[in-house]
Parts: sequence; structure tokens; C-alpha cells
Amino acid sequence: MSELSEPAVVRPIAHAPCRHWRVEYGAVDTTGRLVAAAPNDEIALLTIDVAGQSANALSREVMEEFDRMLSDIANRGVQGLVIRSAKASGFIAGADVHEFEHVADAAQAAHLARQGQIVLDRLPAFSFPSVALIHGFCLGGGLEVALACTYRVADQGPATRFGLPEVRLGIHPGFAGTVRLPRLIGHLPALDLMMTGRSIDARAARRLGLVDDVVPERHALYAAQIFIRRRPKPGRAPWSRRLPGLAPLRPLVARLLARRARKQADADHYPAPYRIIELWRRQASAEDEAASLGELLVGRTSRNLVHVFALGEELKRRGRLHAHDIQSVHVVGAGTMGADIAILAAAQGFKVSLQDRTPEILAQAVARANKFFQRRFKDARQRQAAMDRLTPDLAGHGLRRADLVIEAIVEKLDAKRALFAHIEQVAKPDAVLATNTSSIPLETIAQSLRDPSRLLGLHFFNPVTRMQLVELVRGKQTAESALNRARAWTVAIDRLPLDVVSSPGFLVNRVLTPYLLEAVKLIEEGVSATAIDEAAVNFGMPVGPIELADTVGLDICLAVAETLSGPLGVPVPQELREFVAQGRLGKKTGHGFYRYDANGRPRKSRRTNDARLRRHLPIMERLVLRLLNEAMVCLREGIVDGPDAVDAGMVYGTGFAPYLGGPMCYAESLGATGIGHSLYRLSQEYGERFSPDPGWSQPELLTRSADASA
Amino acid sequence: MIAQNRVFIVDGTRTPFLKARTEQGPFSASDLAVAAGRPLLARMPFLKARTEQGPFSASDLAVAAGRPLLARMPFDPSEFDEVILGCVIAGAEEANIARVVALRLGCDEQVPAFTVQRNCASGLQAVASAAERIQLGQADLVLAGGTEAMSRAPILWNARMVAWLGGMFRARGMFGRARALAGFRVGHLQPVYSLLLGLTDPIVNLSMGQTAEVLAHRFDIAREAQDAYALQSHQRLAVAYDAGYMADEVEVLYRANGKFDTEDTGLRRDSDMSKLAKLKPVFDPKYGQVTSGNSSQVTDGAALLVVASEAAVQRHRLPVLGEWLGHDWAGVDPRQMGLGPVHAVAKLLKRLQVSMHDLAQMELNEAFAAQVLACQAAWDSADYARAELGLDAPLGAMPPERLNPEGGAIACGHPIGTSGARLVLHLLKSLQRKGGGLGVATLCIGGGQGGAALLRVREAAAA
Repeated sequence: MSELSEPAVVRPIAHAPCRHWRVEYGAVDTTGRLVAAAPNDEIALLTIDVAGQSANALSREVMEEFDRMLSDIANRGVQGLVIRSAKASGFIAGADVHEFEHVADAAQAAHLARQGQIVLDRLPAFSFPSVALIHGFCLGGGLEVALACTYRVADQGPATRFGLPEVRLGIHPGFAGTVRLPRLIGHLPALDLMMTGRSIDARAARRLGLVDDVVPERHALYAAQIFIRRRPKPGRAPWSRRLPGLAPLRPLVARLLARRARKQADADHYPAPYRIIELWRRQASAEDEAASLGELLVGRTSRNLVHVFALGEELKRRGRLHAHDIQSVHVVGAGTMGADIAILAAAQGFKVSLQDRTPEILAQAVARANKFFQRRFKDARQRQAAMDRLTPDLAGHGLRRADLVIEAIVEKLDAKRALFAHIEQVAKPDAVLATNTSSIPLETIAQSLRDPSRLLGLHFFNPVTRMQLVELVRGKQTAESALNRARAWTVAIDRLPLDVVSSPGFLVNRVLTPYLLEAVKLIEEGVSATAIDEAAVNFGMPVGPIELADTVGLDICLAVAETLSGPLGVPVPQELREFVAQGRLGKKTGHGFYRYDANGRPRKSRRTNDARLRRHLPIMERLVLRLLNEAMVCLREGIVDGPDAVDAGMVYGTGFAPYLGGPMCYAESLGATGIGHSLYRLSQEYGERFSPDPGWSQPELLTRSADASA
Repeated sequence: MIAQNRVFIVDGTRTPFLKARTEQGPFSASDLAVAAGRPLLARMPFLKARTEQGPFSASDLAVAAGRPLLARMPFDPSEFDEVILGCVIAGAEEANIARVVALRLGCDEQVPAFTVQRNCASGLQAVASAAERIQLGQADLVLAGGTEAMSRAPILWNARMVAWLGGMFRARGMFGRARALAGFRVGHLQPVYSLLLGLTDPIVNLSMGQTAEVLAHRFDIAREAQDAYALQSHQRLAVAYDAGYMADEVEVLYRANGKFDTEDTGLRRDSDMSKLAKLKPVFDPKYGQVTSGNSSQVTDGAALLVVASEAAVQRHRLPVLGEWLGHDWAGVDPRQMGLGPVHAVAKLLKRLQVSMHDLAQMELNEAFAAQVLACQAAWDSADYARAELGLDAPLGAMPPERLNPEGGAIACGHPIGTSGARLVLHLLKSLQRKGGGLGVATLCIGGGQGGAALLRVREAAAA
């Protein structure tokens, strides 16, 4: 929102001035500004501007001040109230997540939620209407504030988003959103928004009836006043969307929704979506909602999801400490990874040139880009601009003016060396040079450079557009300035940069490999692949290890395993070698451990006559302990700088059961001593590879620094 | 006389030309211009802000200067003083297409742009306008060329339908609207194909092809001669592509569906005299001699050039492809518009005191085989020289091996706004490959005009 001009008159306030809110009184003239007006013609313009933050979050202090402001306004006698935000980033981003950690128990959480509800309940109780003026993001508690107002007017820009993402933190709305939203937009749309946590743009919000109008910024205030003066009938969902809420139908609808939810998330691991259904089914009151929120907030899943969320925010914060100074990017290698990296960068506004050896490969990348931009951008002009930013560059002309060069060619040392030698000659002297290698040591590639300090690793994960993690690999000689720029750039393309030290497999592949190899060992012992994968999915992994291996590609798994077999001291399974030799490389060749159909879906056997199946626990115990053990090795060897980094890497890089908070979080909950004993027991039964790492007896390794998890 | 600045052409690219079929082509005119412009700009020498030193050390520049003339270096599009494009059928959403293209190519909003239209020579007009601005000292660096998406020429409602729609829009009340509705006739649905209209001269009411028939009759050009010339055009272009001569000039064009084009899609390697002989006449049905085989093809394509003043060349240390020495326009009888080049070239050569023998190569747009052969005949004819050109002696025809030596529009297509720029681009690249010399690029223009430009590629600079 643009800067507000000084109100015509400033009235003294009876109590201490508020830090996060200010109110002005007047009327909006045809220039769209608030000017002095006659006392019985005034509206109140209440602006939220949380002190010291770039985005508005509803902490307890902010809500208390809100309450005081509302009292002032109530006493004043105005025609209407307009609520807006002074922050460029948006309206209100939700409750203050940082405060969650300090909540001691369910009762306290429920009380805080209830207090917030009471404040918001004042808005519909006023004799005058209230209008929420929304630009940018309006999420969670912020949307609940808007729902409490009589009307909602949204800015038409592309940054405007509405959503209730609480479910992604293991909770649900707590400021009466579960009560108000279904009434306004209908039951099924409301449940969809609450259970998925997804956000919608202004146009979609208008269509649902979530907002009453969508206007350009220059008319926002004037439009709000017109709503106050004209007082149209407040919006309500049409009867067709109110239908599923009929009392006799609710149990049936609830059962259907729960069944669909079970396909995505296990009820024991992720209780929040099921709680939302339950609250809706019994037409719960706001008090019920607050009590339920209290329980969930202090539960293990929510604590862990908040922890994971905070890890992501911290990675972003570190990235934003420096400027990237990057305008043009040149990507060499237009295979799936290279093309997706280029597509992502172009989508986020960078000029990208994409190079490869033949026009066929580039043409495939162009087609991929087109599909991605079609989905990502609703506006045709935005799609065209993104396609214009991505240049297929057969001859590599873009190299000369690139500020960042990313190599994503085949995993062959000689090819990479030759390419980087050429790149160094042609690129700008201060351009950052990055490699997407997953297995070749940075130092070996850097040997071909005159100035090896320019080289770092930017290791993306497949599929690039969905996996948020990027391992930012630091070689022995890598310059800090290059790392800072690369880290900042990674955040600029909406990814999470994780600092790792150059070593075989870095963090994620290294920790995953023993887990995958153990799964292959299980297959060698006769357990069916389906059983193994089922056990892992039941545990909470997004896919099982066998399907994961097939997806990554068995040739890559073999390469990584061979690279790591030295440091890990683990033999590479013969079966893996055989498969690769036969050309059974997994999903990309249609046949790996599983066979794949035309859509890339595995055909899994339903045979469950395997005796070991009955005992799920040993499968997962073996798999997970191998993973945890290797994570401890990485921690001890300083591959990353702490347990937070391990958690962030494994959750964001490979989807390690988020409800557990990450491997180290899980380890903490099991107890280092307990893990040591279990590993020892397994090593007696299954072999050396289960020997507990010395790190388990060093509790200082598992301590988290105070600011890191903030 | 005011001292004029010299004008240099630095480099250029074009897209492959895509033959237009009955459906809309995959690219709009601005898409094509952007596709041509991006690699061209990518190849440009890096131009930093004006007061700064260049980004290369002395030894870097020595190496760069020593590379083949077409060394490709980065270029900041915001350095242009202007963007000028020729385009005849811009889409409705591409008003002043030069500006749209300039912004899409990354020129910042302070680079002005305008679009020119001189029918078939719009591309040449764009480069000529750029040259004029530079000669006058009003610009130092101009992006000029042409673009056309003929396959997207609009299909229009006819005038009766437009009138009826207007009536419906204005009608008020139930009765008013009913009355307006009743005015509808099935005949209102008859569409107008703007492309066909565009290819017909409105003053003399002859299609372009019919003007070619007129010339074939006047200069005794037989069907076989036309077909033979057409076949030669295809063969010459095929040879040029196969030998890799076109690689420097034609950039790969990528489609959104994963397909790509490296060559002009209208080129027919399998063409032969018997196939051409089977084709029926298109413009004078039943009795005519001009067929789709010996005419240029309706195509989509773009061609762009970087045009620079001497000061810009020196300041940015730009490699130079050739020099623009001058241009001229001539008006002729619209019924015989194909003879436009005869007059324009005569005018130009006389003014710049150059003779046909001095020319190493001529690129004469192949609107129709009959039209090209008619021009040659007219240049050779003493009667024509005396009666129409006011010259004592004929200029003389171009030796056939120096006229369109790598084929022309019959094989690659004639996107009307683009061809003028393509001819200049190809002339320069071709002369450069052959060791340099003087060349002329010339086109006939629907409506009865001709345009011609004289260019030179330095002998020493080539190879």
C-alpha cells in the first residue's frame, strides 16, 4: 500500500500509544485519500504495522493492542471501520509462529486462541460495518481477521493470496476460521482450503465469494468507503454450496473426506486434517475450536512441523544476509536437471541462457518450460515474459555476460574439467561458477581452473521444481564471497540453501545411501520390495526406499554407492551392479526393481505371504537406524554445522517424515543412549555396518544453538 | 551539402521461414522477431555504459579482432538508440510492433521504437530509415529489420456484418433489439480474407501474381523458363544449407511443443521440372503461366540487423560486416510492379556512380520467377533503357551466377515485412564468405515501386 498522508486531525489517545497499530479518522475524497470530515461523517482507518518486522504477524501483544484500538474506535462513533496494512509485503501473514514454542501446555494455547477470538468477535458486534483492505498475503490468522469484518476488498495484483496454511504446521485455524469460512464460501471449498493449506489468488477469491470486490490499488480506500456508505448485503455462500452442511449429510461427507485424506496423510502422524473434519462434522463452536487447537499445538507433530518450518525460515534468513548481484544466469546442460534449474530461474525473473550440444535437447527443454509456465502463470503476458527470459543457446553466447554459470552436464570428470576450463576463459572475471555434481569432488574439478576459489557446488534435487533444498557445497578453496552470492541467489529462486562441506555424497545422498543399500540387502534376504516400501511409507516417508532408488536411477545409486563404499566401509550389493549392467535403471527405463507403466507408476505386487511382513518393525528399525547412524557420522565429521542442518536437509531434500521433525529430532526423541544400544544389538545380529558411531556418546553434537532454531 | 556519417552493419540473424498453411502458424510476428533478436543480441559485443572502459583487456581484444568476423559477444540491448522494424500485418495486440519487440528483447523503456510499412520492402525501409538516422547524426546504434506472420493474417467480418453488429450494439429496448436482429442475413457470415485482399493492388485491381503474368507476356518469358528458374532457386538454397553456408545467418527456431526448425520449411529438395510442370496456374486460372511453384511462398519469418555509426563502431570496438553506401526508391506502373527493381537500381547506380559490372552480387527478391527474369530482360534491353529509364545504353543484366547465388524467396519464402532485411543480411554474409565486394539488395513492391540499397564488404576484412 502506498504511504498514507498525514490525517487531517490527530486525536490524543487515552492510554499509551500502540506500537503496532495506528488509527486515523476522516473521509475518503475522490483523490482516494483520507481527509478531514464532519464528525458524523467519519470513518476510522486502522492500519497495522508491526514494529521491527517486515511482515505483520499476530503476536499476543499485537492482539492486545488491536483490542485497545477497537475500544477507541467504538467510543468514537464512526460510520465504519477500514482495516489495512502498511507493509509492502502484505496484509497479515498469520499468527506469530515464534510464540508457539513458548506455549507450555494445551490449556494455555487454548486460552490464547480464545482471547484472540473474543477480540475478533467485537468486529461483527459493532453497529457500523468493517472493511478489510487486503493486498499481498492474507494467511491464517490474517484471513480470520478479514473474515471477522463485514466486507473484504482485495488488491488485484498477482501478489494477493488468501489461505489457511495452519494444517501445514500440524494445527488448524484458531480464531473462529473453522466457523466463519464455511458460512461465507460454502462447506466443501472451506474444508478444501483448510485441509490442504493452499493459497488462492484474488480472482479465485472473488469467484468463491471470499472477497466482495477486487480493485486496483489506486481505488482501494475509495472502494472501502463505498462499501461502508452503501452497506450492500454481506456475502454468503449460495444454497448449493451450503448443501453439504445439512446436519444429516455431515457424517457422510466427513467419512468421504477422511477417506480421501488417508491417501495423503496417516491419521496418527498428521492429526490436524482429521481434526478439522471432526470439528466440522459436529458443527463445533469457536470454544471447541480453541480447545482443539490447544491440544494439537502442544502435540508432537505440530511441534516438529513448526520446527521444520522454522528451519526453512532460518535458511532463508541466512540467504538474505547478502546481495547476490546476479542478473543473468548461464546453464550448461539441458537435461532434466539443467533444464529445470533454468526454468525455475526464469520463472523467478532471471535472464537465463541454456546451453547444450544439439537443438533436439534444447527443444525438449523449451517444451518443458512451456508446460511449466502454463501451469505457473495464469496471465498470458507473464507466461510470454518468462519464455522470453529463457534463451536456448546452442553456441553458448550467454556465457560471456552471465553473472552465474551452472554446470549440469554428465557426471564425468574429464568433461566437467574441460568445460570449466573453457568457462573460466570466457565468463566474466567475477562470475560465480557452480556445479550440480552429486558425486565428483569439487577439488578435482577445480584442478582445471586458474582460480579455484570461484567454484562451488549448487546441488539440486529431483524434481527441481518441487524439492526445495539446494546443497550449497563449499570446497576447501571456495571463496566466502562466492558462497554468499550463491546462497542469496538460491533464496531468490525460492529454494532453501543448505551449507555443506565438500565430501562424498555431501549430506543428503550420503545419509540416504546406507538406508537404500540396507533396503537392497533386505531384498537379497528375500523380503519383497512392496513390503519394504509399504513399511517405509507407513513410517512416514513419502515413498519407500526401493521406489526412491528407482526414481533417482539405479545407475546414479550405484555411482554414489561406489563413491561412498570407501568412506562408508560398505560393499556395493551385487544385485545393484547386475541390474545396472542389464540396463535396468529404474523409472527412466521402465524397469528397475519394479516395472513401470506408461505414466511412470510402479506395478507393485500384492503378494503378502512373506513371513517377515508380519514383523514390520525389524524392517524399519534396520532402515532407519542405518540412516540415523550415517546422519550422526555427517554431524561428527562436520559436513554440516549442526543437527538443525541435518534435519533441514533430510526433510526438504528428500521428504524425511516431516512429522518427526527430521532425523536428529527423531533421534533426540528416542534418546542417544537408546539408539546406541539398538545399533549395538543389530550389529550383533546383522553385522559390522550397524556399529554405533562414536558420535552417539557425544551429547554436545546433538545440542542446537539457541538462535539457529529461532 | 551536409556531411553525412558513414553507416555500418555489424551483424544480423534471421529465423527459418515457416511456410504458411491453412491454419495459423505457431508464432506471432512479435514472437518471431524476439526469436531472431535474442541470439543476435546475445552475439553482440558487450557494451557497457558509455563513459566506462570496455570489459576486455588489450590482449582479449586482439584475440577477438583476430577471430572470424562473426565472433559472437554479449551485448546490452539498452545501448540501442532506436529500434525500427518493418511489418505489414501486425497482430491486433501488437500495435507498433517494433516497440513491443524492443521491450520483449530487454531494451529498457527508454529506447524508442517505430514500425514502418512500405509493403513488400518494409524490411528494407526499416534498415534504410536506420541508415538515415545515423547519417543525420541522430542515432549511433540501431536495431533494424523486419518481421511478418502471414499465416496469422486476420480473417475479417465483411462490411455488412460489421454494420449489423453495430446496429445490434446500439439497439435499445425489446422491440429495437428484435428489429435489429431481424436484419441478419446469412450472407453476413461470408468472411473476408485479409491476406488475399492485401495481395491485390486496390488501384489497378490486379493481384500480385497477375502483375507477374503481365510481365511474362511483355517480356516473352515462357512457362519453362519460369519453372527452370524456380527449380534453380530451390537447388541453390539446398546446396547452401547442405554446405553449411546458412549457419551463420539462420538461428535455430524453437517451438513451444518441443519441435524446432533449422531450415526454411518451404524449401523443396525433391523439386524437379516435371513436378513443377504439373502445377496449375493460380492467378490467371486456366490460361496463365504463373503457378505456386514458380512464385514466392507465403511465409512467416523475421530478420534483424545491428546498424551502427562509425563512432559507435570505434567506441565499442565492434566487428563490422559491411557498409551501407546508399539506397533509392522508385515508382512504377502498379500493373507492372515487378519492374520496380529495374528503376530503383538504375537510379541508385547512377547516383553513386557504380555500374552493374562493379557488382560482385545482387540479391533481387524473387516475388515471382517471371518477375526476376523480366527485370533481367529489362536491364538488358536497349529500348527499355532509352524509353523508360532515360539512359543511352542498357545497364546490362546481372550474370546469372551472381544473381541470387544461394536461391531466394521462391525457395525460402517471402514474409513481406521481412524480406528486405533478409536480402541485406544474406548479401553481406554471402559476400563476406566469398571475399568481399560491392552488392545490391533490391525488391519490387506491391503498388508499383522498387527499392534498392548498395552495400560493400571489405575485401581485407573477410576470411
